[in-house]
Amino acid sequence: MTAGQAVAAIAVMAAVTFLTRAIPFLLFDRGEQPPKLILYLGRVLPPAVIAMLIIYCLRNVQVTEVTSWAPQLIAMAAVVLLHVWKKNNLLSIFGGTILYMVLVQAVFA
Amino acid sequence: MVSRMDRKALAAAFPATMPVLAGYLSIGIAFGLMLQRIGFNFIWAFFMSVFIYAGSCQYMAVGLLASSATLTTVALMTFLINFRHLVYGLSMLEKFRGMGARKLYMIFSLTDETYALLSAVQAPVGVNAKNFYFAIALLDQCYWIVGAVIGAVAGALIPLDITGIDFAMTALFLVIAVDQWKACKKHIPAILGAAAAVLFLVLVGAEQFLLPSLAVIVLVLVLTRTFLDEHPEEQAGGQEEREA
Repeated sequence: MTAGQAVAAIAVMAAVTFLTRAIPFLLFDRGEQPPKLILYLGRVLPPAVIAMLIIYCLRNVQVTEVTSWAPQLIAMAAVVLLHVWKKNNLLSIFGGTILYMVLVQAVFA
Repeated sequence: MVSRMDRKALAAAFPATMPVLAGYLSIGIAFGLMLQRIGFNFIWAFFMSVFIYAGSCQYMAVGLLASSATLTTVALMTFLINFRHLVYGLSMLEKFRGMGARKLYMIFSLTDETYALLSAVQAPVGVNAKNFYFAIALLDQCYWIVGAVIGAVAGALIPLDITGIDFAMTALFLVIAVDQWKACKKHIPAILGAAAAVLFLVLVGAEQFLLPSLAVIVLVLVLTRTFLDEHPEEQAGGQEEREA
């Protein structure tokens, strides 16, 4: 990727990110209530999209290769358990990531 | 814009942002390290954090920049990954009203963490609430930029084996998912999202599955609305009184 292409990609990401944050203000900032269907989708879509994005993160995992799926599975379980237990975003994210790095670099290498 | 922020508001906002300081410095450092590894130095880390300013999106950006993704893919992925921000805006409509020019910055800087802080905090007595919100938003972005630049510089100076650090993005989404799971009474949307994604991942492959998955998710959610809608009468957030 050339520097120009990278700048274009970054500009697109910046514009789309701002747009997703600005849409509610553009559409509904005149005092009236947003349509009920929009409010409903606003409540139920985020958990569905996040679940989909977790699958996206796992899209290149090889189910037939234990060195591919085992570190993912173990580290993901650790993140969930840590988060349910301590409710500390930082601890869950970094505890899980460091565990994953150890697993792929040393244990399942 | 800084000249419009009073010291009192800044002093009150700083302790409120301490958790985000810790979080953004470390997640920002991880981002900077990843970016440096694919050959983009701290100058890129700085400008991406100034102009994009979205944690999960910037993590994803590392993968997209490394794989020379097309602009259409970049736009679609950014939209999907930031989709939840649409909801944040709905509950900030009232809070940001009357903030003048600073409102644009408040909307631009509405990340997960800033949203969480703004929904939870109250301006201390004697501190202008709008200045307080603005100070929180601005401090949070400063932490993020500093973290990203530190990470990129450290990645260039220290030869670290950071294989596997990209798991931070999976972990970030998992943490959001666990919080959402606990906040929702019905878990069908989350299960539906995962099931649709797995189905289309198997059917159409890793490069194409997001769009059909999202279409099916929205369709099923719209069709099952009468069953899933727990709060048909609920109003968009921001019920607090408007400032005098």
